[in-house]
Amino acid sequence: MRLEPRAERSLLLTLGFPLLALMAAGLFAAVLVMLAGANPFTVFALILKGSLGSRFALMETLTRATPLIFTGLAAAVAFRAKLWNIGGEAQFYAGAVMTVVFGTGLLPLPAPLLIPVLMFAAMLGGAAILYAPAFLKTRFGVDEVVTTLLFNFIFLLFVSLLLEGPLKDPMGLGWPQSKKVIADAQLPRLMKGLRLHWGFVLALTAAFVVWFIDRRTVLGYEMRAVGHNAKAAHFAGIPVARVIAKTALISGGLAALGGFSEVAGLKGNLTLDLSPGFGYTGIVVAMLALLNPLGVIAAAVFVAAVFVGADAMSRSAGVPSYIAHVMVAASLLTMVTAVMFTRHRLRWR
Amino acid sequence: MDVLAILFTTALWAAAIRIASPLIFATLGELLCERAGVINLGIEGIMTVGAFAGWITVYAGFGLWAGVVVAALAGAVFGLLHAVLVVPLGLSQHVTGIGITLLASSLAYYFYRLALPEVTTPPKIEPFQPWAIPGLSDLPFVGEALFRQTPLTYLAFIMVVLVAWLLARTPLGLAIKAVGENPAAAEAQGINVVAVRMGAVVAGSALMGMGGAFLTLSAFNSFFFDMINGRGWISVALVVFGSWRPGKALIGALLFGLFDAYQLRLQQWAGAVVPYQLFLMLPYVLSIIALILVSRRAAYPRALMVPYRKGER
Repeated sequence: MRLEPRAERSLLLTLGFPLLALMAAGLFAAVLVMLAGANPFTVFALILKGSLGSRFALMETLTRATPLIFTGLAAAVAFRAKLWNIGGEAQFYAGAVMTVVFGTGLLPLPAPLLIPVLMFAAMLGGAAILYAPAFLKTRFGVDEVVTTLLFNFIFLLFVSLLLEGPLKDPMGLGWPQSKKVIADAQLPRLMKGLRLHWGFVLALTAAFVVWFIDRRTVLGYEMRAVGHNAKAAHFAGIPVARVIAKTALISGGLAALGGFSEVAGLKGNLTLDLSPGFGYTGIVVAMLALLNPLGVIAAAVFVAAVFVGADAMSRSAGVPSYIAHVMVAASLLTMVTAVMFTRHRLRWR
Repeated sequence: MDVLAILFTTALWAAAIRIASPLIFATLGELLCERAGVINLGIEGIMTVGAFAGWITVYAGFGLWAGVVVAALAGAVFGLLHAVLVVPLGLSQHVTGIGITLLASSLAYYFYRLALPEVTTPPKIEPFQPWAIPGLSDLPFVGEALFRQTPLTYLAFIMVVLVAWLLARTPLGLAIKAVGENPAAAEAQGINVVAVRMGAVVAGSALMGMGGAFLTLSAFNSFFFDMINGRGWISVALVVFGSWRPGKALIGALLFGLFDAYQLRLQQWAGAVVPYQLFLMLPYVLSIIALILVSRRAAYPRALMVPYRKGER
């Protein structure tokens, strides 16, 4: 048995295999649902209804997709340059921390000034968090996978320290939470009565900007070249270490914007459960999108729909909502397998 | 108590070895995978599955050793999945590993919730009891620290010897090292690269599963969410720190255990002045520092993370 690169890829294959991948993940989830003694058709119908079935549900899904677009973009940008940033979680919280530090009254600016300043501060925070592992990678050859992963734990403890110390809300009844950001720091809701906020528009804009950088700028070209073959890129005169550093700054900044948007647009303050693993889920989003910045939007909405739908479903059908995590993780594995088979064929010899 | 005096208490050293035990299993497992040229980032999830599988087996009324076996088997199953995806199919080892971790841990949580839908405090099981080794356990200081541990700790040490012997003294060990260094040359020697790599990943993952089971069957006596808490990632760092050698990896794990046990005691001593989070950060910070220190002269297995396709160069 061996794999051969396919000479040509038909459109049917390129679209059909990923679709098959999602169906395979769905089938796997269906088996688990049956083990829970529930009917998979009922459960999937409930998930669909709970995520897309009403205007309210759809808006809830888009709200949940917003941070995932940011962390998905962060992973996509980094992975394109083969910078294995698994630290989206830490960078996300870094953005949230910066938002709370400067947005709770320290800077009494009007909204048109304050919001850009907060965005910049957040991006700076996230970029700094990823810059360290990228530096260790290029300077000392330390594998960034492990360092970014370990940073997640370190930074979450740091957030906990801040929330029980300098950032603690004195009016918080002892809960480890920060003060609410001031009115000028809040991203307005898109429509009255909905939770969907301008952070969603910001996320869409970010996706287009990243797409533009990727396809239309020299930096984007260099990032892809480094990702494809760092040695060849070096011989072609591309400053590999500098490109990796820039990639880190962009990637960390994007994940941090997610933290900013979640605090300024939705929650209002910082708590230790601000992110239910958005950083890790962003990796899945990026892979489902095949690292395409615009594809990240669709992938984030899909993943958000699974989570929101599963929450609604588990309340009525009694299947644990962890089925959403299982489905998302399984679809990651089936998707990377499917993509490989669009590029290679199996030969039994 | 004096800060330095803590170092001379047997309780500290006994705790260090206890803390090191799951890391020894997991580090050995990762080491086996990496020596064969495959990085296994599924480790965190595989440990979660091992912890859950071991615990639920005992909770269901089977023996503790049955729990260990089931944990190893569960680890092996996810190892096999990782192996199939990255060895014959040649998928990215990073992405697949992260995917395995997400899948394995979410499956463990799913089945935990399915088994116990309503509980808030996780039910306990009767764990492994310490075995005092006759004779040796009566030695002053050393006996108390080393020879009054639970059986799984002794098993961890036996595994170190076993893996070291396997790698250094057997043809199979030579084959594992060969496919991790130069798979094309190994193939030319008549070694089945795919089979050896897959076997190493499956066996290594079984060890990771046992490391997870140590936590539920020998330390915390119950299963709860996020209980692995980065121990898998720390083990990946320990493999680098131990330069891919079982003996050095053991020393790394023990040093780590000692440090962790020491900071736990310092925390009680200085907890009023220094925020406890700083102490909790130390293990992770220490792992990063260890990586920086050794990375300059780290001799990675040369084919690590390079998929092997027959006839391709």
